[in-house]
Amino acid sequence: MNAADTPLAEAPATGTADARPVVLEAKDLVRTFSSGSALNPTRVSAVDGVSLQLRAGEVLGVVGESGCGKSTLARMLVGLDRPDAGTLSYRGDDVTAGRRRDRRLLRRGVQMIFQDPYTSLDPRMTVHDIIAEPMAAARTARAAERTERVAELLGLVGLSDEMMGRFPHQFSGGQRQRIGIARALALEPDVLVCDEPVSALDVSVQAQVINLLGDIQKRLGVSILFIAHDLSVVRHIADRVAVMYLGRVAEIGDTDAIYERPAHPYTQALLSASPSLSRADRGRLSRRRILEGEPPSPVNPPTGCRFNPRCWMSTEECRTTVPLLREIPEPLPLERLVACHRAEDAVTAAA
Amino acid sequence: MTIGGAVSSVDSAESDHILRVRGLSVAFTGGSRTVDAVRDVDLDVSRGELVALLGESGSGKSVTARAIMGLVDEHTSVRASEMRLGDIDLLALSEGARRRLRGERMSLVLQDALSALNPVLSIGDQIGELFRVHRRATRKQAHASAVDLLGLVGIPAPSRRVDDYPHQFSGGMRQRILIAMAIALEPELLIADEPTTALDVTVQAQILELLDSLRAQLNMGVLLITHDLGVVMEVADRLAVMYGGRIVERGDADSVLDAPAHPYTEALLRSVPQVEARGGQLLTIPGSPPSPAQIPSGCAFHPRCHLAIDRCSTERPELLQITPLRSTACFRSEELIDERG
Ligand SMILES: Nc1ncnc2c1ncn2[C@@H]1O[C@H](COP(=O)(O)OP(=O)(O)OP(=O)(O)O)[C@@H](O)[C@H]1O
Ligand SMILES: Nc1ncnc2c1ncn2[C@@H]1O[C@H](COP(=O)(O)OP(=O)(O)OP(=O)(O)O)[C@@H](O)[C@H]1O
Ligand code: SF4
Ligand SMILES: [Mg+2]
Ligand SMILES: [Mg+2]
Repeated sequence: MNAADTPLAEAPATGTADARPVVLEAKDLVRTFSSGSALNPTRVSAVDGVSLQLRAGEVLGVVGESGCGKSTLARMLVGLDRPDAGTLSYRGDDVTAGRRRDRRLLRRGVQMIFQDPYTSLDPRMTVHDIIAEPMAAARTARAAERTERVAELLGLVGLSDEMMGRFPHQFSGGQRQRIGIARALALEPDVLVCDEPVSALDVSVQAQVINLLGDIQKRLGVSILFIAHDLSVVRHIADRVAVMYLGRVAEIGDTDAIYERPAHPYTQALLSASPSLSRADRGRLSRRRILEGEPPSPVNPPTGCRFNPRCWMSTEECRTTVPLLREIPEPLPLERLVACHRAEDAVTAAA
Repeated sequence: MTIGGAVSSVDSAESDHILRVRGLSVAFTGGSRTVDAVRDVDLDVSRGELVALLGESGSGKSVTARAIMGLVDEHTSVRASEMRLGDIDLLALSEGARRRLRGERMSLVLQDALSALNPVLSIGDQIGELFRVHRRATRKQAHASAVDLLGLVGIPAPSRRVDDYPHQFSGGMRQRILIAMAIALEPELLIADEPTTALDVTVQAQILELLDSLRAQLNMGVLLITHDLGVVMEVADRLAVMYGGRIVERGDADSVLDAPAHPYTEALLRSVPQVEARGGQLLTIPGSPPSPAQIPSGCAFHPRCHLAIDRCSTERPELLQITPLRSTACFRSEELIDERG
């Protein structure tokens, strides 16, 4: 098995042997915010060199602790925010610069679904106008055709077209999230970027929305980038997963490979801390990998591996050298990439 | 099958109750019409026991907690046939006596950690004040006790951190500081209202472990309010499930989680993604949870229930004991159990 010796430059960027065409590709995206006062300015390194590829029809999950940069990444991927460095391409077209043409391309091809179904819909607009707005803005159809399409979209997300004239406050949270999904689908995008689409919903309603997204993905063949902090939801829906830590990708690859044999110490700690899915599994938490030290801050992130102050495997190299995403031989070289100097040892230790 | 027994213990094997609530109903009278948010709730918590109160948003969990604590305003009507903390009759107490019990013998941890702490006082002063007021401790003693407590809830280097202000701590640490304040006077009952909902799983795990060890070390009764089934799986000894303001199922966690006897509990359990069923359809509950102003007739769950029969829409099922350790409010619980075989 020589694949692990392949020089980095030739390694695929996202740990997949998949041959489906790449729809959306991010290379080394960087986003730094300035905050603090004028006298005491601070720089927040929210996203630092994230590369990923989204292939046609796949679901890529993104997980990681609060503040690790998931939403910032999502906003860049849909063109709502511009990276400070790196490139973003949509179907091979470089759209990083955010020119008018770039924005038009992205708006048609990549749509976002937000976390909060309560605030992401304009309360003064009817459901019809909310869903038709992207079409009106893109001038893709005449008014009558748009109304027909709104009815069709409502049907697609499981709502009755009689609801067209109502306002958002007349709907429950799950229904509002459906309206948001219908709107996102109006221009037949290739990609849906979903930022915590079910976190604000009740458990019983969460399942409805997750099923709907899975169904849409299968029926329409859209690709989905699915951000969530619920690890079991991501495992359920995602073909591949990216685990982020403090603005960087710690590990990315096949969902089963990562959940069954996590190779990054942070992934191991994260998975071990998620509560049991069954009563028989009780007591998991007491056997979890406990993370020492403070939760991370993107202001003054640690040098080298950003996880090193909390990592039980760290060595001198970890404090000085940034680990790059690379293949490791287990379980199969192409199934995932991991950014850890000691990934082989971490896999062995966990086994 | 024993039916009734409403006056005796509520499905709890132990009789060492630190909390005993019977017939609790809470209504909000401030608006144009009265909203019955909680109806006829019975609840027991024993010393050293962790009881989870589970239910969807709006089902009445927080209102129940606040009513037990006596934290209600003049537009809230609280009725109960019995409400006791150990041997104290809470219904007979004056407002002032009730206030003195809070913190001292029963405390509540609220969800929103940052807003619950005073931003202009150091953590040490806020915790220390509890000891000075309730225990007449000196400044120095209070400070030392604050350091001990911070250590107990797992804040690293507590003697260095004790003089820091709330904004200098992370969300998870602030949540632990709130728990520290709630347990400072070693209350017999701790009510924690969604203490981990806004937190990352790594921090959540720390807090659950903390609650678990507190009831073991201090023999505290813990009522943990949550809508997270994973949390319930992990730490609950017993659980009560609320729907539309009432308890619809209650019992020891092992049997309820293993074989729910109410279709709502069953549906909740089955809507959580399981590894084996990856990528498939999750079981869903059609429709959405009811609002307390429009609770459906009969069994409040009937419009969403796959087992509903005509009777369910006209007659309300009582919460009845089905085994010595558990109760359910459903006409169809036998069919439900049979269905599963
Ligand atoms: N406009 C901004 N100005 C300054 N800092 C920002 C801005 N937006 C985000 N940040 C910071 O960047 C970091 C990453 O934030 P981001 O919202 O992307 O995290 P996240 O992973 O989505 O977290 P969560 O799970 O809590 O939603 C955080 O430290 C955040 O405070
Ligand atoms: N002060 C109030 N006045 C009127 N209605 C209220 C008041 N407080 C709560 N309610 C209503 O009572 C019902 C129960 O609320 P409660 O806060 O107990 O729900 P919960 O089960 O804690 O839900 P969540 O999981 O969202 O916290 C809700 O429908 C709520 O809108
Ligand atoms: S690179 Fe070093 S510090 Fe980072 S995760 Fe691997 S072992 Fe730990
Ligand atoms: Mg976010
Ligand atoms: Mg609540």
